[in-house]
Amino acid sequence: MSILVDKNTKVICQGITGSAGSFHTEKCKEYGTNIVGGVTPGKGGSSYLGVPIFNTVKEARKKTHANATMIFVPAPYAADAIMESAEAGIELIVAITEGIPVNDMIQAKALVTKKGARLIGPNCPGIITPDACKIGIMPGFIHKKGHVGVISRSGTLTYEAVHQLTNLGIGQSTCIGIGGDPIIGTTFIDALSLFNNDPETHAVVMIGEIGGEAEEEAALYIKNNLKKPVVSFIAGLTAPQGKRMGHAGAIISGSSGRAEDKIRALEAAGAKVVRNPAEIGAGVKSILGTV
Amino acid sequence: MKIHEYQAKEILRTFGVKTPKGVVIKNLTELNSVPEKLKSTKYVVKAQIHAGGRGKGGGVKIAKTTDELQTCAKQILGMNLVTHQTGPEGKIVRTLLIEEGLSIQKELYLAMITNRKSESFSLIASCEGGMEIEEVAHKSPEKIITENVGYYSELPMYAIRNIAYGLGLSQELMKPFTKLAQGIYKAFITLDCSLLEINPLIITSDNDLVALDAKVNFDNNGLVRHKELLELQDIHEEDPRELEAAKHGLSYISLDGNIGCMVNGAGLAMGTMDTIKLHGGSPANFLDVGGSATTEQVSKAFELILSDKKVKAILINIFGGIMKCDTIANGIIAAARTMHFQQPMVVRLDGTNADIAAGILEKSELKIITAKNMDEAAKKVVHAVQ
Repeated sequence: MSILVDKNTKVICQGITGSAGSFHTEKCKEYGTNIVGGVTPGKGGSSYLGVPIFNTVKEARKKTHANATMIFVPAPYAADAIMESAEAGIELIVAITEGIPVNDMIQAKALVTKKGARLIGPNCPGIITPDACKIGIMPGFIHKKGHVGVISRSGTLTYEAVHQLTNLGIGQSTCIGIGGDPIIGTTFIDALSLFNNDPETHAVVMIGEIGGEAEEEAALYIKNNLKKPVVSFIAGLTAPQGKRMGHAGAIISGSSGRAEDKIRALEAAGAKVVRNPAEIGAGVKSILGTV
Repeated sequence: MKIHEYQAKEILRTFGVKTPKGVVIKNLTELNSVPEKLKSTKYVVKAQIHAGGRGKGGGVKIAKTTDELQTCAKQILGMNLVTHQTGPEGKIVRTLLIEEGLSIQKELYLAMITNRKSESFSLIASCEGGMEIEEVAHKSPEKIITENVGYYSELPMYAIRNIAYGLGLSQELMKPFTKLAQGIYKAFITLDCSLLEINPLIITSDNDLVALDAKVNFDNNGLVRHKELLELQDIHEEDPRELEAAKHGLSYISLDGNIGCMVNGAGLAMGTMDTIKLHGGSPANFLDVGGSATTEQVSKAFELILSDKKVKAILINIFGGIMKCDTIANGIIAAARTMHFQQPMVVRLDGTNADIAAGILEKSELKIITAKNMDEAAKKVVHAVQ
């Protein structure tokens, strides 16, 4: 088993005819993802990469019964694309787009919540259940089917961690990139609770970074609710105050959002926090030996 | 993006917020016309830099005569202003805002932010104006009113009432406060602000509400639909390397150390800096070349790293996912050949086609130290600078 996505997930791509959208739709198809259509306003009725193209998500949903979408729409229009999918009844919305204005996300998140849809991202690599379904831009080949759940705010740092796990022969149940923006759909707590209820997930890797308080909140959840061991790395111990470190959400403001505080909270909650990102895989191995 | 106080006030005025009458000067010769324009009995001379604590640093002065105005302006314009926010190196004052002096009955605080925790906007107010809000939050948190609001066409009346009554405003001030709060909300939403702060917001002796100081930050992601705001950027306030990086789609932050870093992805870039530190080294920069860096971007990244004279060694840490490592290796070699630098360079390429990439790097006649993983890479680069 896995969480959120599997072989039966029917996926459309919003922005499929753009360069990133078409490149990654092909890669997802190669991986085995069931891509059932695409949406590009003005190109409805045509066919692209072997799937039908629709003008609206509403129409795509009606004709293909898609239950998930992967969004590559450019930043100024991406929040609108998220809202379109939420309104159309799509259950899982994976927003890859980076650079969405924060004010747009306040609107979009409110609608997603109201409609009961699940949003992953934005500004994230997406979600993958190895050997079953990949919705996103992560390299498929580094993954291996198994029992470790991975949750991360970062893209390449997740690949790094997954690569380490696979090289040690440790497979993954599902890997979710929750995104580097200040306002995101699925949070650490949401993902932790899904893994908590998934019998096939035996341990969780949680990769956080500076900015906000999501890791501290997750620490409370881990302490009070999580039945599985957690290995964590928090990026940004050397980051200066007041500077945005690449991700819009990765900023230490005043005394809030510092890596030290996040590490302390996670350790107090019983998580194994590695200081060296090269030791994430080894950290999991040491813990799995004792489970 | 940050802007100056005078620019923030110009924007707020267009949204119906009252500010003191003021004149902006960049040159002392412009000073003569100021008394005529302001027609005031006293003047406030304010240094325009992007940092707080200007008053304490000597960047804000009150003048009661035109002679005093001359003296104050001469002292402040061109000075190197050091405040707790500028760092010890300070900032040169290139612009002055000279305003009429107003008589103050009471100082308040009012701000609007995007609140990542509540996933909404928040209006924050306090009757303790003039102090830094963090200080008020620390000393007397009960004096801070926070009102979370969603995205509406205009600020709901109940939110305005909650703040106004919370501040204990007189009935007479309700109308001007409503106009002010609505103006702030409108400005924030229309211009994609990330912070809008009025501190202090004063009640004048003739019972009016005036923004005595103003700070506006914009969400960089929103600037794409407000091209006109880009003209407000003061390049003297920005790190030239950070500006240059942004032009080429790179994300660069200057740091104090001597190991130049080039990494793909923000999280991995921070992780690389942390690993360098863990092994006793010190990073010179944060540099994210992005998930799909081109040869041009890699060249630009080299240029940026090498323009920092502190750099004694370079660490390249790339995890090739969709991008193939051999392509990246060729990019690195092409860029390194044209740059002619002496600093040792440690390269770690992992992921797709990592083996082919390793062969390419070895065959090049460049002095490249290769590493199999990021830990080994960090150790080798730290060793190289020692």
